[in-house]
Amino acid sequence: MLDVAVAYNRYKYLGNEFLTWLWFMMETDRSAFELPEAESTNLEIGNRIVLENHRQNRDETITIKGDGAGLEEGIVALKKGALVVEISLVVKAPEAEWRFQLKGESLNISSLKPPEKSPAEAADDMEQRVLEQVAHAERAADLVHQLYRQFIHRRLSEDWSKTDVPAMTRWIEQSAS
Amino acid sequence: MGLLSATMSLARYRVEGRIPDPFLETVRDRLKNNAIREIDNDPAEKSVGWTCFENPFQPDFDSANLVFGTHLVFSLRIDKKQIPAKVLRKHLNMAAAKRLKQTERNSLTKNEKQELRDEVARRLYVRIPATPNLYEVVWNYEEQLLWFFTTQKAANEELESIFAKSFKLSIIRMFPFTEAEMVCDLTDKQKDLLYKAGPTDFQGGAHA
Repeated sequence: MLDVAVAYNRYKYLGNEFLTWLWFMMETDRSAFELPEAESTNLEIGNRIVLENHRQNRDETITIKGDGAGLEEGIVALKKGALVVEISLVVKAPEAEWRFQLKGESLNISSLKPPEKSPAEAADDMEQRVLEQVAHAERAADLVHQLYRQFIHRRLSEDWSKTDVPAMTRWIEQSAS
Repeated sequence: MGLLSATMSLARYRVEGRIPDPFLETVRDRLKNNAIREIDNDPAEKSVGWTCFENPFQPDFDSANLVFGTHLVFSLRIDKKQIPAKVLRKHLNMAAAKRLKQTERNSLTKNEKQELRDEVARRLYVRIPATPNLYEVVWNYEEQLLWFFTTQKAANEELESIFAKSFKLSIIRMFPFTEAEMVCDLTDKQKDLLYKAGPTDFQGGAHA
């Protein structure tokens, strides 16, 4: 195996392509996600998305944040060659909504906010509280793993260059116009 | 951003290897052998070690509850002292003046200045209490998964180093390459494609 630090830097583009693909899939073919709870979860973009463009000696960072913020500037950035480097995701499950941020280069999960509980529902017992928080972390980690797994299998298949890339390019062109 | 905070942040690891039996006693011993060392009233600048999740400032691994459901839960504690720059400058200035007077010279060499700086810092570290930082570790031993509840680079590097030293096991951080290579069930052919892959050009097509 490659040295970890070398592998981290050399392949971090895969994480950014993954987040860009995730946005494309959410906009165009949400039903194709092979989610662990496909029937009950609904994945959406949250209130923050960060894109970076390092093409042609550019060093641009575009941050779109705020509830209800439009993503048009993000599409324009994609058209110029930027990729998504960080995205906020919301899972609108029937029983409750939970959210987190995902970073492309590291696949780190941050600002994971589990569903809110009423004071009556909150666990008093320390062990119970720990187990609940661990379950939320597990759910987010599983979701990221399942989505990335689906992405990397497509990314390494012939379909990537024949089907996915042209479809993503078309989506960017059409959304930007 | 810790395990019991309203919002959590975590880095994911895969643990390679197994702990010898008796499992729980071995884990307790190894945590105890690498437990946090108090550095208040001590010239050390930093201390890194394990502590108990429920009682992080007076850890007692013999009585601590380490098992929560199917997970081991404990914490990494990093204690650090920071001397305010202006305080260091003042004490360094005073020490330099004293040294020049004692030696009846007009200036100090570069090496002497560095030695004096280290000496002054050591004296001040004894008087400054360390600031403790706690980061929870949740280890699903059966699944060989470990979550570290911070994404700070320095803290993750400390975790990787002390975990390997304590448990004689390597932990591999999950990021796009390692996640793909180790846990996405790729075939050998897919792995070859992964090694050769290059960035996609969404305006002009894909590499590999």
